[in-house]
Amino acid sequence: MIMLCSCREVKIVREDVKEAVQRCGREKHQLLEILGQLQKGTNFLERDTLVAVAEELDLPLAEVYGTATFYSLYSTKPRGRYVVRVCESAPCHIDGAADILAAVKAHLGVAVDETTDDSQFTLETTSCLGVCSVGPAMMINDEVYGNLTPDRAVEILQSHN
Amino acid sequence: MSIHRSHILVCSGSNCTLRASVPVRMALRAAIADQGLDKEFKVIETGCFGLCQEGPIMVIYPEGIHYCGVQPDDIDEIVETHLKKGRVVNRLLYRGEAEQEVTLPSTPFYQRQHRVVLRNVGAVDPENIEESLARDGYQGLAKALDTMSPRDVVQTMLDSGLQGRGGAGFPAGRKWDFTLRASGEPKYVVCNADEGEPGTSKDRLILEGDPHAVIEGMAIAGYAVGASQGFIYIRGEYQLSLQRFRKAVEQAREYGLLGSDILGSGFSFNVEVRSGAGAYVCGEETALLNSLEGRRGEPRYKPPFPANEGLWGKPTLINNVETLANAAPILMHGAQWYRSLGSEDCPGTKVFTLSGDVANRGLIEVPMGITLREIVEDIGGGIPGGRQFKMAQIGGTSGGCIPAEHLDIPIDIPHLDDVGASLGSGALLIVDDSHCMVDLSKTFLHFFAHESCGQCTPCREGTMLMRKLVDGIAAGSGTRKDLELLERITATMRKASLCGLGQTAPTPVLTALRYFSDEYEAHIDSGHCISGACGVAVGGMKS
Repeated sequence: MIMLCSCREVKIVREDVKEAVQRCGREKHQLLEILGQLQKGTNFLERDTLVAVAEELDLPLAEVYGTATFYSLYSTKPRGRYVVRVCESAPCHIDGAADILAAVKAHLGVAVDETTDDSQFTLETTSCLGVCSVGPAMMINDEVYGNLTPDRAVEILQSHN
Repeated sequence: MSIHRSHILVCSGSNCTLRASVPVRMALRAAIADQGLDKEFKVIETGCFGLCQEGPIMVIYPEGIHYCGVQPDDIDEIVETHLKKGRVVNRLLYRGEAEQEVTLPSTPFYQRQHRVVLRNVGAVDPENIEESLARDGYQGLAKALDTMSPRDVVQTMLDSGLQGRGGAGFPAGRKWDFTLRASGEPKYVVCNADEGEPGTSKDRLILEGDPHAVIEGMAIAGYAVGASQGFIYIRGEYQLSLQRFRKAVEQAREYGLLGSDILGSGFSFNVEVRSGAGAYVCGEETALLNSLEGRRGEPRYKPPFPANEGLWGKPTLINNVETLANAAPILMHGAQWYRSLGSEDCPGTKVFTLSGDVANRGLIEVPMGITLREIVEDIGGGIPGGRQFKMAQIGGTSGGCIPAEHLDIPIDIPHLDDVGASLGSGALLIVDDSHCMVDLSKTFLHFFAHESCGQCTPCREGTMLMRKLVDGIAAGSGTRKDLELLERITATMRKASLCGLGQTAPTPVLTALRYFSDEYEAHIDSGHCISGACGVAVGGMKS
């Protein structure tokens, strides 16, 4: 079960790791899936979580850490409740993605790869989200938003408070 | 089964969903139910119709009337005027060049297309296997199992001349042949759905619109090469594709089209769906295999090739989504039919996503050999806003930039090679004359510097050095020597990088330098940037 904690919203405990391993299987090739499931509640993977996964799968911690840090959807640094990923690939770029990023930065008051003081938002950039017909686009957690203007991007962020 | 007098198709592809197709569908269903018309009209969610720029798209059968940009507020009028009175709502029709186009096939957007891979995309509810079955779904697999040996299937694929549609363009039949001949058990089939090339979303829209075409292709491939287990590796960002594909696999299992003894043939095949976790390099086939094994997605040295030593060291056939979706039509209609489509060197069709400065953005499938001009002007509807065509980047960010002087180039592998470009994965980014090539090059290079996995030196260092040089040129601090250095770095990267990422990362910059060197020189010599996007003084001398 995922515990509520006063400092952050949720905390992964050993039982969650066991449960995820049980659900996905103990084989090494399930590592990505396990990490993905464990990250769902907190948007990042704590060191303790990685240690527990390494022990459960009987893998060196270095290997689990190496895998977790290779992929951009995983983070080993604390992230906010909402991870905002603004697309900066060429098709969105020519649609004005730089203006979207500037508006999001100004609204949240953070730079790329930073988290707001209230731990609500982490701002990241992303490569193409594959919705180029409706660019510029951004993704907030699993949800994609298109046809953005700077104002609309800010409105969407406001609806996530 | 109940029969309805009219079917109303509403696109539920990603692009239309972002244009509010879900509220449209909900409002339509509610209005139909309110009026007690639910026995007469059936609302069906389909995959992408292609004309994403005009979404959300709705098509009402039997007439085939095609409405664009439908919003929830339009539903009452559609119900009152069209469904109840049988009159067309003119204001929602697609506006072609001269007059309003009533049905989709009558639009210039559709007339130059030839839909093989997209045969069912936009025509069926992707979450209902029966709709696929009603449109020849799994007939190719049935034919293979009933009447062909694995060798016959491989021979048909070889004869078809189909080239891999994931970017490298390697003959698909030869991969199938290598894997069939390889010794070692078990063998695997892997579908590469880690579509990360910027500007490309055709695999996503195929998976969302007709997942059964891909499952069928994987099963045919499994039968041909002697594999009973398949994996599909779908990009982690593609949540809708993952969800739809999982559902389709379950339905195929329920219908006995996956599992043991498929159609009583004795052949067994299963598909496991895996999600990526955000790494462009995993689109490279051996990096993808490492990722499937639960490792860092770093490419492997080749040889050995996956056909001999792939997933867990076993013989593995790895093909792109679009390649596999071609398998069933090729078996159904024959290699000669497939060769009759497209050009001599490149048989068949190619699916592209058309994006950028073009009137009709969206998903298209065209015969190979069609010219770039036909795609941009006829299908794409030209450049909007009174602007001029500047260049098309084909194949995504790792693809070449083709200038206006080559607009009449036939789109196939050898012709694109002649101008320093490549067919790539299926992106076609159209750029008008308001954009600066140095600024765009910056975007390309920031992408590669971020996505290089860092394993081999030429790519890790090369992508960073290229980024630094082009950033400097854009900021007005570049020199002519930087251009020479840029050329030297690109030459090293192309020769010495371990995988396709480092080998192709220089392509957009090399073509930009080849066709738009004047813009680079203007930034260096006089600080002039045509768009003002770069940090140099716009239109004036560097201070």
